[in-house]
Amino acid sequence: MKLSEVQRLLGATLIWGEHCLEREVTTACGADLMSDVLAFTKDGALLLTGLINPQVVRTADVGGLSAIVFVRGKSPSTEAAIMAKELDIPLFSTPHTLFQACGILYAQGLAPCPPLAGKSLEE
Amino acid sequence: MKNETQGLLLEFPLEHYRFETAGEASSKVKQVVRQLGVDAQTARRISVCAYEAELNAIIHAFGGRMVVRVLPDRTELEVTDEGPGIPDVEAAMREGFSTAPDNIRELGFGAGMGLPNMKRSADEFEIKSSLNTGTWIRMLVRY
Repeated sequence: MKLSEVQRLLGATLIWGEHCLEREVTTACGADLMSDVLAFTKDGALLLTGLINPQVVRTADVGGLSAIVFVRGKSPSTEAAIMAKELDIPLFSTPHTLFQACGILYAQGLAPCPPLAGKSLEE
Repeated sequence: MKNETQGLLLEFPLEHYRFETAGEASSKVKQVVRQLGVDAQTARRISVCAYEAELNAIIHAFGGRMVVRVLPDRTELEVTDEGPGIPDVEAAMREGFSTAPDNIRELGFGAGMGLPNMKRSADEFEIKSSLNTGTWIRMLVRY
């Protein structure tokens, strides 16, 4: 699914990253805990979150995520928006709740991230 | 940053509660290893190791430093902090175990996944912690 389709399905506003709208995403994660995001996503995943601070953008960069969707109509903090431009991470804002937004994308075929993307702790 | 006989050595100071620059070191490390030709998945593992260790030191310790050695076949990360230490390392390694205060959780941290994420992302992981002295973590990621 292209980011432009994500934007359309979620009725989302593009905050930054028009040049990335053709980017393909295959998996998504809804979370407000950043270490969970790093534990349960793979490179290229889409993040849906209610957090708007710069650490969300930093986490997206570290985790190689494709874009961030802020839920419940939230806008990122100024610092977060500046960092997103520097790190080239597209940002969207949707009026939907986290639950609704995840449900819409899931129903349209966007897959959840497989659990424990890294190696098992028992290895 | 300076050239060693093999690879690069990067050092980053880590300041207690300095969230405005938290993660900068990890982004820099990821950028450097990608420029040196390390594949995206491996660069992500290195970056996750760096980021979780960096944040742990910023949240829990009074200060510390991270030393990263980028070598032809591996990257080694060593994080040393001066802090309260971890009373029960075995418990801290369990997913979901967290001692982070509410103000840290509001920032999106304190999920209790930091140390498990480091261990999962690294090929080698060592941790030593002494109460009232600090914590030392060494991680190695092979390409």
